[in-house]
Amino acid sequence: MTNRDAILAAVRQKQPASCALPKVPLFDTDLPPTRAAFIAALGKMGGVWLEGAGLADDFDSVIRNRFPSAKNICSAVPEAEGTCRIESIDDPRQLDGVDIGVVRAGFAVAETGSVWLSEVQYSVNALGYLPQHLVVLLDPADIVPNLHHAYQRREFFTARYAVLMTGPSATADIEGVLIRGAQGIRSLTVLELPRSSND
Amino acid sequence: MRVALFIPCFIDTFFPEVGIATLELLERVGCQVVYPPNQTCCGQPLGNSGCQADARAAETLFVQNFADFDYIVSPSGSCVHHVRDHLTAAPDDDARARVRTNTYELVEFLHDVLNIRDFPWAEFPHKVGLHNSCGTLRRLNHASSSELNLPFFSKPLDLLQGVKGIEFAAPQRPDECCGFGGTFCVTEEPVSARMGYDKVRDHAGAGAEYIVSADMSCLMHQKGCAERLGLPLKFIHIAQILNGAKA
Amino acid sequence: MSKVDHVKASRSFIKDEPHIQFHDKRLWQIRSLRDQQAHGIPEWEQLRELASRIKEHTLSNLADYLEEFERKAIANGVVVHWAANAAEHNRIVHQLLSERGVDTLVKSKSMLTEECEMRPYLEARGIAVIETDLGERIQQLDDEMPSHIVIPAVHKLAKDVAEVFADTIGTDRSNDDPHYLAEGMRQDTRPYFLKSTAAGMTGCNFAVAETGSVVVCTNEGNADLSANVPSLHIASIGIEKLIPRLEHLPVFIRMLSRSAIGSPITQYTSHFSAPKDGGELHYVLVDNGRSERLAMDDFWYSLKCIRCGACMNTCPVYRRSGGLSYGGVYAGPIGAIINPTFDLKKYSALPFASTLNGSCSNVCPVKINIHEQIYKWRQIVVEQGQVSFIKKEAMKLAGKVLGDPKRYRQLSEGAKTIGGLPRAFLYNPFNAWGKQRELPAAPKQTFHEWYAQNRNKDDQPEGKA
Repeated sequence: MTNRDAILAAVRQKQPASCALPKVPLFDTDLPPTRAAFIAALGKMGGVWLEGAGLADDFDSVIRNRFPSAKNICSAVPEAEGTCRIESIDDPRQLDGVDIGVVRAGFAVAETGSVWLSEVQYSVNALGYLPQHLVVLLDPADIVPNLHHAYQRREFFTARYAVLMTGPSATADIEGVLIRGAQGIRSLTVLELPRSSND
Repeated sequence: MRVALFIPCFIDTFFPEVGIATLELLERVGCQVVYPPNQTCCGQPLGNSGCQADARAAETLFVQNFADFDYIVSPSGSCVHHVRDHLTAAPDDDARARVRTNTYELVEFLHDVLNIRDFPWAEFPHKVGLHNSCGTLRRLNHASSSELNLPFFSKPLDLLQGVKGIEFAAPQRPDECCGFGGTFCVTEEPVSARMGYDKVRDHAGAGAEYIVSADMSCLMHQKGCAERLGLPLKFIHIAQILNGAKA
Repeated sequence: MSKVDHVKASRSFIKDEPHIQFHDKRLWQIRSLRDQQAHGIPEWEQLRELASRIKEHTLSNLADYLEEFERKAIANGVVVHWAANAAEHNRIVHQLLSERGVDTLVKSKSMLTEECEMRPYLEARGIAVIETDLGERIQQLDDEMPSHIVIPAVHKLAKDVAEVFADTIGTDRSNDDPHYLAEGMRQDTRPYFLKSTAAGMTGCNFAVAETGSVVVCTNEGNADLSANVPSLHIASIGIEKLIPRLEHLPVFIRMLSRSAIGSPITQYTSHFSAPKDGGELHYVLVDNGRSERLAMDDFWYSLKCIRCGACMNTCPVYRRSGGLSYGGVYAGPIGAIINPTFDLKKYSALPFASTLNGSCSNVCPVKINIHEQIYKWRQIVVEQGQVSFIKKEAMKLAGKVLGDPKRYRQLSEGAKTIGGLPRAFLYNPFNAWGKQRELPAAPKQTFHEWYAQNRNKDDQPEGKA
């Protein structure tokens, strides 16, 4: 008998009598408006909310204004050029010298202030982690009210990798002192920007 | 109403005044109180130590002593918890099941069964810190525990609010365990004493003059800690306050 | 294996005032943050009940869900391995690494790999293992076990970390600013992620049968770096981590970080379902005693544990004795009920390192009846003869006395005499009560005697009401 079969046989023999599986409600009555709730939750988790940009704006300038000393900006969105395109990256390690990554969220979650990202948005997943800072574009129409709604999204069933990212990388492992920028990005900026019609 | 009085072993030996207050209070509110003279102990120290087999004789005696009563009342939350939930050294028979169901801790008996809120004879013009012992809080549901997202309630506070002149101190960690824990207090002496020190310091810091509880065992431990630390705290069982003790 | 002596370890932990004070305050602060979060969600208690029932359903149908999980994962292009025990787990991981010429394993925190003692196994075979969680790295560099499931170095002060880092990664010994130390760790670790001969490893918080996905919850971004930068990603998965479907996941995600550290969600909730372009994804499903535990009537509920650490944060004993005092991979209340399943003799003291206060069960997001299991473990420890001769005989004698009113009365009347004994007799090193506490004063008469004097059957106030 293989390991697999032996383990499964042992489990089958030892598992207790079957207990019923409960139904999970969506818990979505009386929730606050999603945009305001998202902004508040994002702020609590250390993310920065930027609004007021319009489709006609020059996003490279918006990003440069926020990060004046940034030299290398890698963009995975059509709205900003950056200094390099994600399409030009063929090994994730090349992203190590990048100051700012730019990507658009698949959707976001108001309850927790999380943005959803997968290989579809990133192209190269390390874009969310190796750069020093990350800018995420978000269409406010893409915000779902809570995690129950989030896990109904079809994207979860098709993504090879997906992350709910909530604020920058953080740690409080030394004396409880909160430090933003542990191993991953030092800051997360969510830039409100509706999708263009052909997006 | 005919009530059997269960006086736990350590109250019998070290705190007879608590037993007397309980007896007088029950009589005052109209109960006919019977004290079965052959009682010893519910077997909790043995059960808590994992020594089920050794607890059998004590439990059997307990059932014999109390099987004929519809109400068995005791001024000790942890003992009542043991009787109700852990009297399992021998298989359940009718008498044992009856005793387990019919045993009440004093506060819940006054609050839930007799539904009493006013103690016009009682006056306690002092600032007290209420110690909800873990057994009363989490096993007997005396009050809402801070961990749970449930509406606030507190049976001992409901009762104490019927006492004239009483004031309450607000410790920072109202439901933190004081570290008595039965045999834990000697088998894990270093942690037990540290927890006791932290508990009495918290109450002293909140300005409590007295610590009041429905569990004398916790108070015995806390009193020992406070005296060693030289803190000017006094300790009193809730039965004594409700029975009209002035100090 | 020698027995863990929790009392001795706690005594030395308590002696160090700055450390115990910080440890207790810090963990209590986290418990308070957890309370705020729990009280902020109206359906909190309903979520706990749902989580408990989903886990009980999954564990009672575990074989089917494991098969479904494997089937989906294979369809997604994942390679699935099965390990009956720690040794097999380590062998599988080593083979995967050595076949690919890997010499460095960057990994995120995993209690399972601690349980398997994987690090020394791989290091002995020439593979450098780099813990990339800050707390776990501190413990690795200090050659200590994690003292807490979620905050591995919570028992250390910044000055301790400064010492460890100065000795190992070359930071300035005199600088104990946590920001400086965390930055030092970041700078030291980054090159390992980028090594061409590195592979990545993560643990697993939840494994979703429906999609064959592994879910990893972290705050530092280290799991996502470990999994997304090197081309090989290995996930070690305890077989109890299964849940049926994605729709069940939010019940747990909503409670995990709220219970653990009082934040609404971890900074990163990462879902791995299939290998990245040009990469490989391997799952190692590990039993290591879990199927045995599944067969234990009173104790299988401990398999519901989602490793949030809330029971440790709230435990007044844990906060005052430190995680290392439990001497095993799992500390605190959950350790007291899990460790004995691995080695009852070694961990026989742990079920007694509890006041049975029940706060652990109240904070548990999957409603494990932890304190009731601790109570039952004590019976097993006694039944298996893992208590001292003295205790056994004392309990036997106590049992006899408490079952015999006559003998009991002789003794309780005798107890009153202790008040008259000289202080040096009462307060000596052999009296555990009196070391740090005063003894209660013995009254003139017992309640029993008072009653006999004051309430005779004849003058019982009949019908007074």
